[in-house]
Amino acid sequence: MSVLDINGLTVSFRTETGRVYAVNDTSLHVDPGETLAVVGESGSGKSVTALAILRLLGEAGRIDQGSIHLEGEDLTALSELEMTRIRGNRISMIFQEPMTSLNPVIQVGRQVAEPLVLHQGLTWAQGLERAHDLLAKVAIPDPGARIRENPHQLSGGMRQRAMIAMALACSPRLIIADEPTTALDVTVQAQILALLKDLTVETGAALILITHDLGVVARYADRVTVMYGGRIMETAKATNLYRDPRHPYTRGLMNSIPSLDGPVGAALSTIEGQPPDLAHPPPGCPFAPRCSQRQEQCEKQVPPLRRDGERDIACVRHD
Amino acid sequence: MSFLKRLWRDKKLGAIGGLIFLLFLFCGVFADFLAPFGENETDLSVRLLAPGWDYLLGTDHLGRDVLSRVLIGAQLSMVVGFLAAGLATVISIIIGVVSGYFGGRIDMLIQRFVDAWMTFPDLVLLIVVVSIVGPGMPQIIIILGCLYGIAGSRIVRGSVITVKESMYTHAAQSMGASTMRILVRHIVPNVMPVVIVLFTTRVGATILAEAGLSFLGLGVPPPAPTWGSMLSGTGRTYMYMGPWLALAPGLCLTIVVYAINVYGDALRDLLDPRMRGVR
Amino acid sequence: MTDPLISVSDLKVHFPVTEGVLITRQTGSVKAVDGVSFDVRKGETLSLVGESGCGKSTTALAVLRMVEPTAGSIHFDGENITTLDRNAMRPYRQRMQMVYQDPFSSLNPRMKVADIVGEPLRVHRPDQPRSDYRKRVRELLDVVGLLPDMADRYPHEFSGGQRQRIGIARALALQPDLLICDEAVSALDVSIQAQVINLLMTLQKEFNLTYLFISHDLSVVRHVSDRIAVMYLGQIVELKKRDDLFANPEHPYTRTLLNAVPVANPDLEARREQPLIIGEVPSVRNPPSGCRFHPRCPDVLPECRTTAPGVHGNVACHLYAPNDGATLPGRTSEGGS
Repeated sequence: MSVLDINGLTVSFRTETGRVYAVNDTSLHVDPGETLAVVGESGSGKSVTALAILRLLGEAGRIDQGSIHLEGEDLTALSELEMTRIRGNRISMIFQEPMTSLNPVIQVGRQVAEPLVLHQGLTWAQGLERAHDLLAKVAIPDPGARIRENPHQLSGGMRQRAMIAMALACSPRLIIADEPTTALDVTVQAQILALLKDLTVETGAALILITHDLGVVARYADRVTVMYGGRIMETAKATNLYRDPRHPYTRGLMNSIPSLDGPVGAALSTIEGQPPDLAHPPPGCPFAPRCSQRQEQCEKQVPPLRRDGERDIACVRHD
Repeated sequence: MSFLKRLWRDKKLGAIGGLIFLLFLFCGVFADFLAPFGENETDLSVRLLAPGWDYLLGTDHLGRDVLSRVLIGAQLSMVVGFLAAGLATVISIIIGVVSGYFGGRIDMLIQRFVDAWMTFPDLVLLIVVVSIVGPGMPQIIIILGCLYGIAGSRIVRGSVITVKESMYTHAAQSMGASTMRILVRHIVPNVMPVVIVLFTTRVGATILAEAGLSFLGLGVPPPAPTWGSMLSGTGRTYMYMGPWLALAPGLCLTIVVYAINVYGDALRDLLDPRMRGVR
Repeated sequence: MTDPLISVSDLKVHFPVTEGVLITRQTGSVKAVDGVSFDVRKGETLSLVGESGCGKSTTALAVLRMVEPTAGSIHFDGENITTLDRNAMRPYRQRMQMVYQDPFSSLNPRMKVADIVGEPLRVHRPDQPRSDYRKRVRELLDVVGLLPDMADRYPHEFSGGQRQRIGIARALALQPDLLICDEAVSALDVSIQAQVINLLMTLQKEFNLTYLFISHDLSVVRHVSDRIAVMYLGQIVELKKRDDLFANPEHPYTRTLLNAVPVANPDLEARREQPLIIGEVPSVRNPPSGCRFHPRCPDVLPECRTTAPGVHGNVACHLYAPNDGATLPGRTSEGGS
């Protein structure tokens, strides 16, 4: 059974100019020990999907439709109190900014121990002991001294390691990492992502890796979901997606990244135009206005996400 | 106007405050037409009449119409409030921009002076200065302007520093734009939201301060009917025989200052960029 | 070989660290840039790459004379501009312009596009009649792929990529020789990034521009550069032609960096040796002794801990010192994949 199974999820936000639909009719699933990368540009809905799973949409946001099943339990039907027992316990999240996602005035050890005390009823002494082990597990040198330090005494990479230790504390079934290394240097990024990947394989948790970096996806993801304008365009195994991108958007995206291998010199192929304004979405496929292969019906109706072997794709050209 | 829409939708109380503020301005501007009698027109035959149809807010011990006096008082308050708050704002901008933009030693010296200034209690300072130069409208405006201007410079300085660090200021510097141009085109327009909020709240504060001074007899000299002097003079003396004498200017003062403050708070929430996005 | 447009020689930028409020006392210095030399030839793109704290942005700011160099010299088109005052700098300011990273904070939100793009003209050619200036703004917007009619809008009405085009139009207004692009495409989405990179490359050909390109993204740098300088903690560790650098990275740091960047190709990634990288970039406040990379270096030699390496060929590394040939380990091109 999948750890997480999202079906037909639609999320909207109340704004000054009316309701904005940030995620539309989105379905995806993640299996134990698997890394699913959710790729997309700003406004694609990838982060909102993550926040919807945790039901952290703020007062302006709401889930309009669809279900989110965590190991068979529908999260959309739970009360706020029941959700607090799930966050940081069965689902944990790692954010982009290690500088601001740790509380600057609380010692690192206490922050790592907090979910254990909160969710598993450990005493603070037991919690700190576990925190020590967790910091050692994420390869923080001299964890005995580190647990008594404040976050500002740690470097950016060490803070992100501490965040991972915190996320792992309660042995979650699902870890969501939203651009976990975007704020870090590349040499640190490689270490952090390798660590995260190893730990998920080891614990059998599922990992959702939200990123815009197609290189990171290629190195660490098992499967990839490509989002655009609040909708899923294509979901496939990583190797299949890179070898044979089928959706015109995925193909455009793959072609427009300057590569570290392959020929250089010629102009990059681009996707013309600008990303859609979510407040005024096009009536049909969100990518239609920029698509070089659009047909008449693309601009009129939204193509549904269809199964094709091991791949899901939302494009009329694909039958 | 999307601003008015947002004000009405998100900040009802602030919008109502704004309406009262507008009404007050209207009364102030057209006081001479609205007042049914001259503010200093005495008629001893109608002394101390309670509010009624002829005199809506009653009359005082000299038979002057209280409504007329309150309206002219609104005008005086408005003039003092706007001129003093305007002066204060100009002073705040100059000090804040110079201190914040040039930084370094200049900033340090200015800020220590502002620190020292802010340790004096406002009212004591006012009383001392007025007793030296004597009461009168121009003095009051200048003193209040300096007092609130120097204190308010802190807020402008903070926001100047933020704008100064922005990339567009950097871009202007790197293209060789003159300091004057950077200040006028880049810094000042981008601190305007803060300045507008500062000005609004200062109008309320100066009206209140002027009333306080007039109450102590240090404000605009009689017979000018300021709300403060109406409260302290006839209002206090005839408190039992004619409570309306104190109630009318007192209530006006309370309502207007409260309205300006809630409106100012609403403006701050809507205009201050640091508050934006926090929805 | 053409003449250099920019020639930087032994540039040092040290920021003082002071203590005390009223009476300040210098207690140390941050050596943000510490002995950097390079030329940028006319019409070429030289990239400075490196991680945070490597001094690439500070170097660019020093070239623009936006920060004061502590030592060394900067020549622009043969002229020493290291110590020119504000007035004497004016003609050079027109010839070098900057494109910024963040398309959201680099445009004044309270100015119309016409005024933003036209500002350099206002500053440097105040006598020009208004109509000429309007015409030029429309021309510039057209050059960067925007509609001339967009001149009367405000920045918030544009998307990130369009804003970056506005920033480029502003930089082009005075027909500069040098464009300094400080992470100019880093904040953009992938599909928009490609558009802006192409635009920058077209403009380079069209107006014979010289680029000093600053980036942490090696794949972008590989695409745009003629030559690349890799920086680490305030120093250049390796500077060579683009193809040389990627085919034969010599400095251990360059190899580490290339290894760390994931390639957008899962098949290749599966075959690739997984990176072995230790630690993080140390603080510039307190850089390591000897070679600054030695605490993280996989090929560290005893002398690396004590002595700063000289430049051997294109590389600043003890491994390539001519008399040390015997200690050179047999691993030269494994990082290039």
